[in-house]
Amino acid sequence: MYDLIIIGSGASALSAALEAKKQNLDVVVISKLRSFESGSCMAQGGINAVLNDKNDSVEKHITDTIKSAHDLADVQMIESMCKGAKETIEWLSNKGVGFSKEEDGTFSQRKLGAASHSRACYAQDFSGLKILQALSDSCIKEEIVMLEEYFLLSLYPQKTHISATFLDISSGEVVQFDARNTILATGGYASIYRGFSSNRDDSVGSGIVSALKAGVNLSDLEFVQFHPTTLKKSSILISESARGAGGIIYNQNKERFVDELLMRDIVSREIFKQIQSGNEVFLDITHIDHEFLEENLPQEIKLARVYEGINPLLEPIPIKPSAHYTMGGIDVDNKMQSCVERIYAIGECANAKVHGANRLGGNSLLEVVYFARKCVKNIHKESGDVAIEDKTVEDKRVIENIFAQKKRVDFYQVRQKLACEMFEKCGIFRDEKGLKEVLASVQMMKEEISHMGIDDKSRAYNTELVELLEFSNMLELSYAVICAALLRLESRGAHFREDFPQERAQYQKHQIIHQKNGILYSTFGEILS
Amino acid sequence: MKVSIQKSEGLKSYDIPLEDTVVLEALQYIKENLDTSLCFQRGCKSEICGCCAVMVDGKPVLACGTKVADGMTIQALSYHEIKRDLIVSKEFSKDLFHKTQAYLERCDETTLSSKTDEKRIELQSDCILCHSCYSVCPVLEVNRDFLGPFALTKVFRYAYEVKEKDQKTKIDLIQHNGIWDCTLCGECAVVCPQGISSKDDIIQLRIKSATLGYSDPKLSSFGGDFGFDPSGF
Repeated sequence: MYDLIIIGSGASALSAALEAKKQNLDVVVISKLRSFESGSCMAQGGINAVLNDKNDSVEKHITDTIKSAHDLADVQMIESMCKGAKETIEWLSNKGVGFSKEEDGTFSQRKLGAASHSRACYAQDFSGLKILQALSDSCIKEEIVMLEEYFLLSLYPQKTHISATFLDISSGEVVQFDARNTILATGGYASIYRGFSSNRDDSVGSGIVSALKAGVNLSDLEFVQFHPTTLKKSSILISESARGAGGIIYNQNKERFVDELLMRDIVSREIFKQIQSGNEVFLDITHIDHEFLEENLPQEIKLARVYEGINPLLEPIPIKPSAHYTMGGIDVDNKMQSCVERIYAIGECANAKVHGANRLGGNSLLEVVYFARKCVKNIHKESGDVAIEDKTVEDKRVIENIFAQKKRVDFYQVRQKLACEMFEKCGIFRDEKGLKEVLASVQMMKEEISHMGIDDKSRAYNTELVELLEFSNMLELSYAVICAALLRLESRGAHFREDFPQERAQYQKHQIIHQKNGILYSTFGEILS
Repeated sequence: MKVSIQKSEGLKSYDIPLEDTVVLEALQYIKENLDTSLCFQRGCKSEICGCCAVMVDGKPVLACGTKVADGMTIQALSYHEIKRDLIVSKEFSKDLFHKTQAYLERCDETTLSSKTDEKRIELQSDCILCHSCYSVCPVLEVNRDFLGPFALTKVFRYAYEVKEKDQKTKIDLIQHNGIWDCTLCGECAVVCPQGISSKDDIIQLRIKSATLGYSDPKLSSFGGDFGFDPSGF
């Protein structure tokens, strides 16, 4: 019996684990991935923090964030995060993150899209990698138990504790862990657009679906950020820092059609419109000092070379927008607690309501580290008797059924179809007709799932089984995202309805999704002032 | 094209109708269309998470960043415990980091690093822990207790960290099965996808060790007094 189970192994999970250890909590980190490999390592641009008030101010950071969120945010949460940003950078630096520095020893900072000032601290364009590694190294130092390759199946909230069941990927066994409290740090769901996403393919929101089934409320699922500049062939991210440094966007006729440093939702839509009309779109950084690029954007230069086959120092980079970040997720209060006692959520899987309808570049790394540490400060050691029951029976039955099932429908093919339809009909532009069509498709796929078995009958490292479980979660979450998109009859930030192209005051409110007896219900909250 | 894969149950060949794609996408194609039991790691798809390193024709590469070609043979990384097919265990790396204190042990929070300080360890902290270097290191052929290239590079990264108050302990911990066991062959540098040379880091760590009074144990076995001794005359 632990004081705390943290599920996930990214920057938020590890920040929370370090804080838990500091508070002397008996903590375990459990992840479906191996250490050092979470999606956090893919963050390039940086982490926002106002470090001195010479030109910038915390108030300006707050204002930029609220504006980018299209007024769909919790101002107090944003204030708390922006005020805590400087200390967050110092904390990370003291964990060993090698931030880029200026000659005088101050932190280098750069301007990302829609920011009024240069305030993103960075480590070349390896910001996420270096943060993740320093946090992992610190967890090793603190001898925090980090269990790898355990896939979360179910959460069973009890009065005194939480039981969580996992598939031990290495053995194929269903196992149970129990703790007074559980923090979900399982990442976002941008890969429900698999093939059209800059994320790992397994970022399909599996942890969020487990939470939903356990009675946890979700919110604002319809807000999915499409990043404007990902490579045309592979959807691999080219960070906003390329535009911040002066990169320009144009079509094959060298016509510039958008201010490159506007908010991501606007730039993405303008690029996508060009592509839909048959144009090709490019990001051009050839005019920027090559020495500067090689020092500050080495990863991006390499990625363009390897995956697009061009030299970005000499040629423009072919780009397109791709699903990148999910603003919605597990609905949490200001202590990051979900509506179910003892279940907390942090990082991209949570909706802390700081990003609203459109996340500001450089705020995600800040959010994941800042709120992770804040969350754990509200969790305390408890005493008293706890009766632990075996909760693995149902999950074992589900797994055995999959093994026994005859494979009549190939889920790999269905998965591809789902992702394509999601991108086409529930993507950058949406309307009622398209959303209803994709909803009907998903309903049919859900009915077919009982015919989707697996060929591989091995127990150890059965990655086909893991992919089927993930696909099942992808279907559940896609269904919820489509419903949420259908019910928000307006356009706001990343959610753009062609049939309701304006922001509407009566929709300046969060949309809560919950599930009861297998049925989803949507409720809109109070209008935000 | 045809590719061969060393699976746990034996070498298997697959015909794949793909062109101009990377090894990782070829593996995914095989899994989805030809052999769903094939096991491999798939992560960021952009050479930054380090999880998909495999041996292609005997050389370690990132599957996501290497073009697939007709006749290739793909197998798991060398000197690693194979879990299944192309999946190896990397959990031992955490033990390596723990026993060499490859982390910030005693942080001097008042010290602010300069640009020069950061630059000194910038490349070493680009390591993505793909273990390519480990899988080509010839020392591991004869000594499986050798700490290996990536762990020593991580030690370098913290041994030259100005905020670290106790750099010396890290140096103490890499004397045995560490820096002096390296043959300086440079294979690690050749295969590193991030352009890191663990060999160069090891040379620097040897110099730092020497300033702290350490010397190559292989040389001290000569008695430490070889060479011209004027007092003999």
